[in-house]
Amino acid sequence: MTTLPKTTAKKLGLVIDLDICVGCQACATSCKEWNTGGYSAPLSDHDPYGADPSGAWLNRIHSFEFPGDADQPEVAGGKTVHFPRSCLHCEEPACVTVCPTGASYKREEDGIVLVNPDTCIGCKLCSWACPYGAREYDYDHGVMKKCTLCVDRIYNEHIPEEDRIPACVRACPTGARAFGDLGDPDSDVSRDVAERGGFDLLAEMGYKPTNKYLPPRERVDPTPQPLPEAVPLAKHGSRMEALFAWVDKTLS
Amino acid sequence: MHPAYTVIFFTTASGAGYGLLFWLSLAHILGAGPDRWVSLAALILGTALVSAGLVSSTYHLGRPERAWRAFSQWRSSWLSREGVAAVATYLPMMGLGLIWLFGLPEDLVTILSALTAVGTVGTVYCTGMIYGSLPTIRHWYRTDVPVIYLVLAAGTGGLLFQSLVDDYNLLVAIALVAGLALKMWYWMDVDRDPGKYTAEMAFGMPQLGAPTPLDPPHTQPNFVMREMGYVVGRKHAQRLRTFVMVLLFAASVLSVLGLPWVAVPLAGCAVWMERWLFFAEAEHVSMLYYGAQRA
Repeated sequence: MTTLPKTTAKKLGLVIDLDICVGCQACATSCKEWNTGGYSAPLSDHDPYGADPSGAWLNRIHSFEFPGDADQPEVAGGKTVHFPRSCLHCEEPACVTVCPTGASYKREEDGIVLVNPDTCIGCKLCSWACPYGAREYDYDHGVMKKCTLCVDRIYNEHIPEEDRIPACVRACPTGARAFGDLGDPDSDVSRDVAERGGFDLLAEMGYKPTNKYLPPRERVDPTPQPLPEAVPLAKHGSRMEALFAWVDKTLS
Repeated sequence: MHPAYTVIFFTTASGAGYGLLFWLSLAHILGAGPDRWVSLAALILGTALVSAGLVSSTYHLGRPERAWRAFSQWRSSWLSREGVAAVATYLPMMGLGLIWLFGLPEDLVTILSALTAVGTVGTVYCTGMIYGSLPTIRHWYRTDVPVIYLVLAAGTGGLLFQSLVDDYNLLVAIALVAGLALKMWYWMDVDRDPGKYTAEMAFGMPQLGAPTPLDPPHTQPNFVMREMGYVVGRKHAQRLRTFVMVLLFAASVLSVLGLPWVAVPLAGCAVWMERWLFFAEAEHVSMLYYGAQRA
């Protein structure tokens, strides 16, 4: 059903730390690798090794330059920010309510937004409704593809316990991606969000994304400052050193 | 937004078809309907246009064979409501067709006409609301969007009805002029609205200012850029708008002069171009992640 659950038992989602993401694309390639062989497989590509490659990916990593604000010392000078973009598993996802077939749905037990590849008609209306550009059409399969939060990993008892997290989180070499229950205020992800001022994308649109982003940390003043103990003492050293200093000064 | 020709044909053809059926029904409700054979001809023409449009719209789907599933989610989805309304409207249409084809007693014509009229208005309104309910696209998320769909359907369908019954010249011309006026207001209004969503909002870090793209996430356009970032035709937009306005005006003049069959192709072209522009000029919020500053 495309009518939304009133509440969900959990709010599983990702927290992405824009301070430490290095834009290495490991999460995107790992996502593609897992999801092209798992649920709703495969994610088709066209001309993958040619001049005009394209394909369905569920995770896209942008890089941007932000100018900063010269009047505010903590953000003066601007920043380069690597920006992973995928489905945010909104609490009120418009992509679900516009679906004419019920193929798009939000799970009551954990809040994950999914597409049933067996009932999707490929009308693409959900991609029009999503402000985040998170849904991609698979031209070969004729249905919509989107992030599943690796629903076929996180509950999968056939893989080692440490792998029961989304493929993107497992792959991130810098630990910029975290997975957890954002509905539980005591979870690690919720604490990170509270501590670091985690925020929503396009909060103004009112879809209440579950995934949160952590802002880059405040810049440390890059001007070198001598430490107090490193300041040369007025008188120091042995008599011998004083003698050499006097000789050096006299001869030069 | 990418203008899909199957969808443009669908809304143009089915709009004219439902418009024709609406005028036919209205005439019968008011007791001024044409005779049996003219009514049947109008009904067949309207049904053919509506059906051709609906069939065309399924070619827009990745999985047309599953289209029947779209009737299930009418509680939340305007696209589903459109499907349900379209199928429901066929029932009174079929009733009228049987009465006129076999010359059955005409007791039920008024009630069936009323049901058909309600069905045609409802279906076209649902079509407009598929677009009018999307806050992601400022060119579509407007109360006048379904109204324009309705008025242009009445204008083009009215010309067809006028061609068949040789009457209602002034009323049809008024519908066409109303469509022209609404569309002019629409273009003026969307041009002065820069869009309320900004790149700063998209990234949630207004303190860092408006971003400029550094490295793209993919080297070639993906589905999102092709579908939501269609900008190819915008340079011709002003000229096409002028064509639409001139053609609609010419059609209304021809309608008053009692030459609706000359006006039909002109109005058809006007609505076709208007629909193309409706897509090609529409800006989607997701393009904020691909370098747009406002949407």
